[in-house]
Formats: sequence, structure tokens, C-alpha cells
Amino acid sequence: MTSRPAEVMPFDVGRLRRDFPILTRRVRGRPLVYLDNAATTQKPRCVIEAVADFYTRSNANIHRGIHALSEEATARYEETRRLAARFLNASSPKEIVFTKGTTEAINLVAASYARPRLKSGDEILITHLEHHANIVPWQMVCQATGARLRVAPIDDTGAVILEEFEALLSERTAVVALAHQSNALGTVNPVARMCRLVRENSPAVVLVDGAQAVAHRKVDLKEIDCDFYAFSGHKLFGPTGVGVLYGRYEILKMMEPYQGGGDMIRAVTFERTLYKDPPERFEAGTPPVASVIGLGRAFEYLSGLDRMALSEYEDELLEYGTDRLREIDGLRMIGTAKRKSSVISFVIDGVHPHDLGTILDVEGIAVRAGHHCAQPVMERFGVPATVRASLAFYNTRHELDRLVEALDAAKEMF
Amino acid sequence: MNDELRELYQQIILDHNRSPRNFGDLPGATHSAEGYNPLCGDHYFVRAHVSEEGIIEKVFFEGSGCAISKASASLMTSAVKGKTLAEAKRIFEEFHGMVTGRREGEEEILGKLTVFSGVREFPVRVKCAALPWHTLVAALERKQEPVTTE
Repeated sequence: MTSRPAEVMPFDVGRLRRDFPILTRRVRGRPLVYLDNAATTQKPRCVIEAVADFYTRSNANIHRGIHALSEEATARYEETRRLAARFLNASSPKEIVFTKGTTEAINLVAASYARPRLKSGDEILITHLEHHANIVPWQMVCQATGARLRVAPIDDTGAVILEEFEALLSERTAVVALAHQSNALGTVNPVARMCRLVRENSPAVVLVDGAQAVAHRKVDLKEIDCDFYAFSGHKLFGPTGVGVLYGRYEILKMMEPYQGGGDMIRAVTFERTLYKDPPERFEAGTPPVASVIGLGRAFEYLSGLDRMALSEYEDELLEYGTDRLREIDGLRMIGTAKRKSSVISFVIDGVHPHDLGTILDVEGIAVRAGHHCAQPVMERFGVPATVRASLAFYNTRHELDRLVEALDAAKEMF
Repeated sequence: MNDELRELYQQIILDHNRSPRNFGDLPGATHSAEGYNPLCGDHYFVRAHVSEEGIIEKVFFEGSGCAISKASASLMTSAVKGKTLAEAKRIFEEFHGMVTGRREGEEEILGKLTVFSGVREFPVRVKCAALPWHTLVAALERKQEPVTTE
């Protein structure tokens, strides 16, 4: 076990909940039970205040610093880059590119790394549990280059079959893209092991979609050893509109720009433009400065918490919720992998997920009902949609009890 | 149970969800169309047999979706059977006005369909109640493209 920071407070969910102002809200007359954390997480007060404070006191554009405000804004923006590198255990802040979110980060790699390099005969390998954001950009690369998309299958629990994954790797594999955690099933992929398999069996670069993982466990890129890692700030208690793409510097260095514009250039003439080095090369135009600064505050907030204790608490909560839900007659869990985290996806005989969603909403309980932007996963399990309750460390057993009560009432009604 | 919810899921809706009427294929249909809401997955086919005099003699539906969309399809098939095309469209307009909250919903025109008045309290579910109706209209207007209400 790694040592815990000495100054952190012992875990106390009641105290943590007070950091999130929205959790005291009532919805349709009932106290809000927020179980849609896989869609977006709530924001602690310090993040909200950091954004407000930026606009109140320091608002200016960055990297154009003749005046004091711009210098301040630039410094705080760049501070988030350092915090992101530390958060992920990357080698250098230069490996951190700010994007709009996970989707843009994946599209950036697809457009700037894969498109110019892949050709007919090459293969891109993904897994069956990917979010549409980690399927469609690769399909587009295949269409443009003639490369072929391969898909590693999952078993009946929703876990990737590693032997099949390994068997699909070859000299032809040019890119491997896989989720750290499935948004629809909660399955956690053994990404460090999968990256090792990729290195041993192919020349491919590996992108890990970390959107669903970052809020639930400590991510150590030295341990995972991937080439790219992508996530969204808003799923990590930060603001919307900002995401992070980590890229191994020697790979970023050889990639073409993603978009052209201001802030990514060294010199422009009508004949020729010189681009900046990464990461600025990939950050054309004015970025969402306030959101980036808010994300920096989210990194600081999390580093002040005992993240191992948070993960343990969430895992216990997941087990408790899973056991309670299993007591409901006619309920079928979708996704029962041994390694899973924070997501309870299910269907109930005779009650459509959208009807359950409405009934839960009336009780003040926010869940997601639908295909979760993972239609191939739904097809694999033979369901059009599921209800998904997704957890964060500020959820409680009492909230899961309320979920179970509401589901019981729904079953009664139908 | 919450009152708004009881308003939404009235017994008659739950009953038509459990045992939908006029459910299945309609061989020899003169009109048919597909309705699909890709985001939520509700997916229906509506098929009708319209006589030369322009009377809807039979109308069947097939497919799957939530209780609101399925009960709406089921009650719709009962409501428009034996009606002229113009009458069916009049009912559709009144129904649509009611679920979107733009009209009270004339009981004289709607009959049993007034059980869907509770939908207006749930804006995200209006598209569910409306999908079968838009599909029917597309069938009657011989539209080829699948319709959607998302």
C-alpha cells in the first residue's frame, strides 16, 4: 500500500457532501439523489468559486501578455497544465494538451496521428465495450485511409476476453484504442496489462479513454504505459468545456496540427507558417480559460483527499447497491465483470427503462435511462436500453435505499 | 405514489402497455410507415388498410418502446379505426395540442385519448406519446423516410 498524505482528513461522507452545494437541492419536492455521475459529476464549491473568481478579478486572454491581467490568466492556465501532469504522473507538463473534452481528444489523435499515417492493410483495434466517442472517430479514419477496424469481444459478464484481444494484435495493428472503464457496464479494463500485450505483439500506439475512470481511482501513467490518455474535466468535478489529452512527447512532436489558427503558430506569412511545439501546437484559438482554471482547482481539491479511501468507499457502496438491487424480482444486471466500478446498469422485466427513469425522476432520483452512447454494448446484451445508476464518493447507502424503494414502487405500479 | 405520476400512468395506459390492441403485422396494408427515435430506441411500424372511399378500415402497429409510446400506439389504432383520413388528422392535431400543453384536449374529439393529458407535465416524454401518431400520418401521406419525434 502506498503511503497516504499526512495532512489529509479521515474520510467522512457527510463532511465531503457539504463541499458540493447542489447536493442540498430538492427536486420535485424531494431531496435530490444524484446517481448520474457517469454523465457528469457535481462541482465542489472551490471549483465554482475559482471560475467566478477568475471572471470577477482576473479575466483576460492568455499568451498575449503585455498587461498584468493577461500574465495572471496565463500563469493560472499554465498552472493547471502542471497540476494535470502531476495528477496523471506524466513526465512533463508539455505532454498535456487541453481539448474541449474526451471526444475532441480522441478526434485529435485520430486526425493528427492516425489519418496521415495509416494505409490500406493497417488495422485499428478497439473493444466491444467502447463509447461511441471511441468508435466513430476510428471508423472515420478507416473510411479515409482504407485501414480496417477490428473489435475485441467481451464475455457475458461484460469483460474483454484478453486472449481474443491478444490474438487480434499483429504487425498490422497501428492503433489500439480502449476504455479504462466502460460507461455502460462499469467494467474496468486491465489497461496496464493490455498495453503490455500491445507492445509485445504489435508496433501500435495505444490510446486509453479515461473519461469514466479518472473520478474513481488514481491514474498512474507510468504504470499504465500508454501513448495517449484522454479525459473530460466535467467528469472529474471540474467545469464543462475542457478536457485533457496526455500524449507521449516524442509522439506529439511528430504529429501535425489538429486545427489551424492563433496561439498555435510561431510565424505566419502567406507562403508558409511555422507551428509551435506541442502542446501549444494543438491549442488553436482562445481556450476555455476559466474552465481550465476551474479544472486546476478540481485537481487540487482531489489531491487534498485520501483518494484510496474514496475508492474503497465507492467500491463498498457499489457492492451494497448491487446486493440491494438484486433483491428486486425480475431485475437483471447488465455488466457483472469481476473488475468493475461505480456503475450499476440494469433492466426490469415488463418495465421499460424510460418509464423507470420518469418514475425515479418524480422521486428526485437522477439516473440515466437509454443506450448510453454504447449501442454495440446494448446489442451484445440484447436490450434496447438500460437504467444506469452511477456513483461518486459523495453518494450514500441511504440514497441507494431510496433508489430501491422507488424501483419497488414502480414494479408495483406496472 | 405521486399524483403527477398517477396522472401520467393511468390504469388504461398501463393496461394497453401490457396488452396492446391491434398489435402485429397487417398483410395487404395499403399504407405503412416506420417511426424511430434513435436516442431512446422507441421503434414502431404502423400499417393501415384504407378503402377506396378513404376510410381507415384497419390499422395495426408493431415494434417496441416504453409504456407511453406503446399505449399511445395501441389507443391510436382503436381511435382512428373506421375514420376518414381527414377525421384521423383532426384527432392527431387535437391529441398533439393536448400532450404539448397548447390545447385542453376536446373530449368529444379525443374520447379515451384524454388519458394522455398527464404527459404535458413531463416534457421529455411528449416525444414518446407523439411518435406513433407521426408515424401514422407519415403512412397516410405515403412518406418513405422513417419519422422521428426527437
